[in-house]
Amino acid sequence: MTLSARIDHRFPGFRLEMEFSVRHPGLTAIFGPSGSGKSTTVNAISGLLRPDCGRIEIHGTPVFDSATGLDLPARRRRIGYVFQDARLFPHLSVRGNLEFGARRSPEPPTSAEQGRIVEMLGIGHLLGRRPATLSGGERQRVALGRALLMKPRLLLLDEPLAALDQARKAEILPHLERLRDEARVPIVLVSHALDDVARLADEIVVINEGRSVAAGPVDEILSRLDLLSLTGQSEPMSVIVADVLHHDVQGGLTELGFNGGRLWVARVDADPGAQVRLRIAARDVMLAVERPSGISATNLVPGHVTEINAGPGAYCDIRLDCGGSILLARITRRSAERLGLGPGREVIAVIKSVSVNRQAAAAPALNLPAG
Amino acid sequence: MWEGFTAAETQALWLSLRVALVAVAAALPPAVATAWLLARYNFPGKALVDSLVHLPLVLPPVVMGYLLLIALGTTAPLGGWLWETFGLRFAFSWTGAALASAIITFPFQVRAIRLSMEAIDPGLSQAAETLGAGPLDRFVNVVLPLALPGIIAGAITAYAASLGEFGAIITFVSNIPGETRTLPLAIYTAIQTPGGEAAAARLAALSIALAVGGLVLSEVAAARVRRLSGR
Repeated sequence: MTLSARIDHRFPGFRLEMEFSVRHPGLTAIFGPSGSGKSTTVNAISGLLRPDCGRIEIHGTPVFDSATGLDLPARRRRIGYVFQDARLFPHLSVRGNLEFGARRSPEPPTSAEQGRIVEMLGIGHLLGRRPATLSGGERQRVALGRALLMKPRLLLLDEPLAALDQARKAEILPHLERLRDEARVPIVLVSHALDDVARLADEIVVINEGRSVAAGPVDEILSRLDLLSLTGQSEPMSVIVADVLHHDVQGGLTELGFNGGRLWVARVDADPGAQVRLRIAARDVMLAVERPSGISATNLVPGHVTEINAGPGAYCDIRLDCGGSILLARITRRSAERLGLGPGREVIAVIKSVSVNRQAAAAPALNLPAG
Repeated sequence: MWEGFTAAETQALWLSLRVALVAVAAALPPAVATAWLLARYNFPGKALVDSLVHLPLVLPPVVMGYLLLIALGTTAPLGGWLWETFGLRFAFSWTGAALASAIITFPFQVRAIRLSMEAIDPGLSQAAETLGAGPLDRFVNVVLPLALPGIIAGAITAYAASLGEFGAIITFVSNIPGETRTLPLAIYTAIQTPGGEAAAARLAALSIALAVGGLVLSEVAAARVRRLSGR
């Protein structure tokens, strides 16, 4: 068990009652609206906040237990914490900031490890600079490096992207993906941005009004129609992990395989065999009850309906099982009635557009060639 | 350069500089501690501590000197005990002048340091804590460097104010040439002496030069430290 937490804490007018565990060593997102208790939760895990009651365990070792009075101080928990506002020490250079945690770690990183982390985050050219001269994205990367260099047992990221504009966010997201895939540190990411969570998380804990309301793998949670209003998803989407099969160099296309079938997308910069993560917006999925012919879309995936939920206005959301992968489609209620859709009904999903992110490194979102 | 000054006058100048230096150095550690306490902690009696710190600003210096005299005179219980136990004598000694200056200028130091400490983001200490730094470590390596502009500004202001202290010194340790006759006391003495107008003018000019120099130095130092600390 990477992390297990039961946290009960009262503020005036707010009560946090979280209980969740992280088994997966990858990236777990704590996802929920502002004010739902996300930051309080990670502050309690880090030791910066002492909960009224509860128990927190990291890799099987308790760090807090109100029953026995155990409360390991934050400085002894070895939990890396990257704050939303980076919190670099303004009086130290980037190098001084990076060394701050490394020098105090009971297990200081070797110079080879230091070099690898600096290289991974692309901050080698910033070492002599002062934090005040860095951009927002650079600051977050240095803060990530500072936390990693203490060789933490767990890494907490509290909305590290929230204060950044789109360009800065695009600059740091690939680093977070690499971190997730290469650093071998379990990561807990706090976020209220669905896009980031869908792109980065392996597992999601959904939190609302101080309670964890759902937890599980990202594809399962994001496609659960009953959670749509809670996750604040105005536009439902499916998340699918696929393998790169081969490239059609002349056509500029790449064929991907997942357990529901195959998809052609605009060329992905990854070798065959590499894993990619697909995000497919429900509104980009059309449904047909028989195999359509003479249409421009090339990606047709068979499946059957498992659930229909009322969507906003004239729309409804349809959940499909495509060979074990979950696909969501948003169509009008009139179309659903016309096609006679209901649970169990076999359909063909026509996918108009896919966003692709490599699992292991940077890649901009790509769109399907033909719509 | 010293041709215009008599031996007694240069003696007063050096004594002034020494008294002020010792006063500032002695008051600095408690000033840093007090400023930190007032900047970051809430405790019962905080308002009282705050008022006590500021008392020397509003109390007439003569009263302060009088209070010191009745507390630390060699015949007073505390002063007698210090003298007999440690051989420490404040009354009628330059160390007494330094003590009086230290107390009078204490609020200047506390105010400047407290302001710069209050401006430090408490989140930085939290970040240091998650990186493995204990309380003293955080204070020395995060709080103190970031408060340095305030510490320097406070020290220089207090130093300049010490150079001008008159009432508390003359009341507590009297006006002894070579021992407690600092610049202001020397000016006062020159004015009281027939034919001493020229000496008074020279010493006054010296005082003005010292004060202006101190202020300029304070601004330069604060600006440099701000630049170095990246703020």
